[in-house]
Amino acid sequence: MRVLVRPKAGILDPQGQAVERALPALGFDGVSQVHVGRLIELEVADPAQLPAMCEKLLVNPLIEDYEIAPGEAAAGSDGADTPASR
Amino acid sequence: MKFGVLRFPGTCDEVDAQLACERVAGAEILWHGDRDLKGVDAIVVPGGFSYGDYLRVGAIARFSPLMESVIDFAKQGGPVLGICNGFQILCEAGLLPGALLPNRTLRFVCRQVDLRVERADTIFTNACEPGELLSIPAKHTTGCWYAPKELHEQVEANGQVLLRYAEGGNFNGSLADVAGVMNEAGNVFGLMPHPEHAVDPLTGSTDGLKLFASIRDSIAAHV
Repeated sequence: MRVLVRPKAGILDPQGQAVERALPALGFDGVSQVHVGRLIELEVADPAQLPAMCEKLLVNPLIEDYEIAPGEAAAGSDGADTPASR
Repeated sequence: MKFGVLRFPGTCDEVDAQLACERVAGAEILWHGDRDLKGVDAIVVPGGFSYGDYLRVGAIARFSPLMESVIDFAKQGGPVLGICNGFQILCEAGLLPGALLPNRTLRFVCRQVDLRVERADTIFTNACEPGELLSIPAKHTTGCWYAPKELHEQVEANGQVLLRYAEGGNFNGSLADVAGVMNEAGNVFGLMPHPEHAVDPLTGSTDGLKLFASIRDSIAAHV
């Protein structure tokens, strides 16, 4: 499974801002709304426990939003056709 | 009167914190894997990089056996001072309002800062004068205090902000220049700058001692 963690909307995101400034400097135009978050990949026996894991440890709900997505089966497997996330 | 200073794997300021406490009272280091607070009268959660600061600053330390005891101690009204990483841990533990975000500049900053005392009628600041400036070093990468609007308004209305960066000195982007914030009950306080590094004239300022002396005096007054 994958847990995608991103800074909550409206929170100062200096990493996102730095990347947003860096891309045009390299000639990539038309980039906006860049936010840098975190991807947590994990195998869990009971995915129903994931929201509790997120609320208790993986995410600080005061400053971060999260999204749970099915991940690729395993690293190195033939998962080329599998969408990375919903 | 005795302070207990916590030590996690990755803590690095516990010895300075212990030495600072020893200038005003007794002090003992407490190990993160123990649950016993050994009868100390006040707790200092010092700075460093507890558990490598993996995942988020303070996120893992918050669940250590010793922290469970500290949370109970705090809920019973015991005085707890969190410095830098200790402040981050106390926020993660829900003992203090808000959270610490990366500095606005994304850079590690180490400098002497002036902190304005907002309130001098608390157990952490009673040795100060209201409006006094304390010269204390700050050194961190993740010190931008943040709280959602409603929580921030509540914190201000309750007078929980004890220290703010003096005008022009807010280098990390903290909301409303907040440098140190207290819980609503008034027995838990956290700040990003390091009072334990400002206790000897040799290093330029002894202003940090006032926070440790305040805690000692308020405990002495209650005995």
